[in-house]
Amino acid sequence: MGLSRTTILFIVSSGLSLILGVLRIPNIAHGSLYMIGAFMAFTISKVFGGGDTGFWLALVGAPLGVALVSLIAERGLFQYLYEREHLMLLLLTFAVSLIFGDLVKIVWGAEYKSVPVPQVFQGFVNLFGGLPFPLYNLFLLIIGPIVAVALWLIVNKTKIGKISRAATVDREMVGAVGINVSWVFAIVFVIGCLLAGLGGALVAPTVSVTLGMDHTLIIEAFLIVIIGGLGNIWGALLGALIFGLTQSLGILIWSQFGIVFPYAAVIVVLLFRPTGLLKSTW
Amino acid sequence: MLKGMLEGRGHIWWAATLILMFLLPLILPRFYLYLLSIILLTGLLATSLNLVLGYGGIFQFHHAVFYGAGAYGTALILTKTGLSPWIAFIVGPLVSAALGLIMGWICIRLSKLYFAMLQISLGSLVWIIVYRWYSFTGGDDGIHGIPLPDILSSPNNAYYFTLIVTLICLFAMYKIVKSPFGSVLQGIRDNPVRCEMIGINVKLHQLLTLIIAGFFAGVAGSLFVVVDTTVFPDMLFWTLSLEICIMCLLGGWFTFLGPMLGAAIIIALRTFVSTFTVYWSLALGILMMLVIFFLPNGVLGYIEEKLKRVIIEPVIKE
Repeated sequence: MGLSRTTILFIVSSGLSLILGVLRIPNIAHGSLYMIGAFMAFTISKVFGGGDTGFWLALVGAPLGVALVSLIAERGLFQYLYEREHLMLLLLTFAVSLIFGDLVKIVWGAEYKSVPVPQVFQGFVNLFGGLPFPLYNLFLLIIGPIVAVALWLIVNKTKIGKISRAATVDREMVGAVGINVSWVFAIVFVIGCLLAGLGGALVAPTVSVTLGMDHTLIIEAFLIVIIGGLGNIWGALLGALIFGLTQSLGILIWSQFGIVFPYAAVIVVLLFRPTGLLKSTW
Repeated sequence: MLKGMLEGRGHIWWAATLILMFLLPLILPRFYLYLLSIILLTGLLATSLNLVLGYGGIFQFHHAVFYGAGAYGTALILTKTGLSPWIAFIVGPLVSAALGLIMGWICIRLSKLYFAMLQISLGSLVWIIVYRWYSFTGGDDGIHGIPLPDILSSPNNAYYFTLIVTLICLFAMYKIVKSPFGSVLQGIRDNPVRCEMIGINVKLHQLLTLIIAGFFAGVAGSLFVVVDTTVFPDMLFWTLSLEICIMCLLGGWFTFLGPMLGAAIIIALRTFVSTFTVYWSLALGILMMLVIFFLPNGVLGYIEEKLKRVIIEPVIKE
């Protein structure tokens, strides 16, 4: 239970971490993109009759749709703002998230939506001596590490990853050797947002898809990125693990205030390691 | 008129504005009076944030917590205890100031974005406790129909109370900004390292600012109880904090009255826009973007800049 929540948190916050690390934008609109991903998954799965094909198409289509939205946002807006100070960027992305929130309301309406769990993943498996464990959560557990490894490969082994890491350190120098930094940043931004959309599409069958689902998630994702170390993908994984596990443990121990525990964990981490557990790229 | 006001020569304009403010209840209908009270107390809240953010340069991203804490402090004493209501109005802000001390003490060792994130984390903790503790705070319903002392229960008197308290607080904050303490604070904002070098205790000054700002935010929260007689957990949610930031930005960071103006514009617009569409956040988002792109110093900052050009440039040319 806690681990599958961790997967969602990790996928969303690794995208946020990538954007923060390379582009240095504290992107509050990231949560809105996650919400848009969930709503798109709902629409796609509904169009294809709510069956298995619908689910798989939603899993591919929703992140791509979100990537398209984010590409438009980056080219039309964010690319002019990389040099601004953090405060302005934070407020600007907040403005974008307000706009996205209302656009979602216009397109999808304010009602609760639900996405069916595909047939393949309905049912339970028995783990650890007879504890029933939902198959869909097991699927999430498999997806999480795949995303982590894929992201690590992109950042460390591909050309675009290398350029983006170089651009983090010295943007002007990368531009001087003849690389179009602006487009590299756009690609990194889109990859990060794609992850937000993927998180939204993955979470859609497990929760009710609704307006405002971005508000709590974006704070959680920010905290995970901060305790993990800004821009560090393994840090995001570690942070998501801490957050997801303390949350589910907390709910087991004390259901009314269970949700307090992950926040308390974040505070403890920040008190002892103010710049995060792992090395940040800043 | 504005020119006179900003140069400090126009005491007569200030006096006229004040008298007008005091006479308004005679002509305005009840709804507009309520709106004006909300504008005043939100303006006070935004000004208290500006003390930290604009003058102190500290990334206080979760200011709404102090507002909510003040409101809940007052509301809980009014509903749960038999103490005199006036004690409630003092306790509310003190609760906020204490919270400011605790959160400040924890956060102050970090800087910039890390400070902001730790504060949002602590603030969310407070929000969750208020949101979940049904038996004590009323949970997500909040507290309604808070009993007020008779003298404050009419809208006119609530307005006068809000107006007077807001004026006193604004005056106090103005004095703080103009005092040596305020100057030191702005020095710390502009160059913390140099301030440390000449022997100023940077962290202590920042902590004191957080406490002061928390106190005034708590006053605004208590005033909200007087005007609206309700409290609800959304008053502590982080989206409200960023909305207050927008007010500061819209009015102008480095001006004293800017946040008040920003609060007035945003609340008036919200009331106006909400009458014919439900998509208020869309309008707010677009407005904010325009401000960030075209008026990065805010409305009042822009006017001041223009005035400076009008007043100073001719002098330089001579």
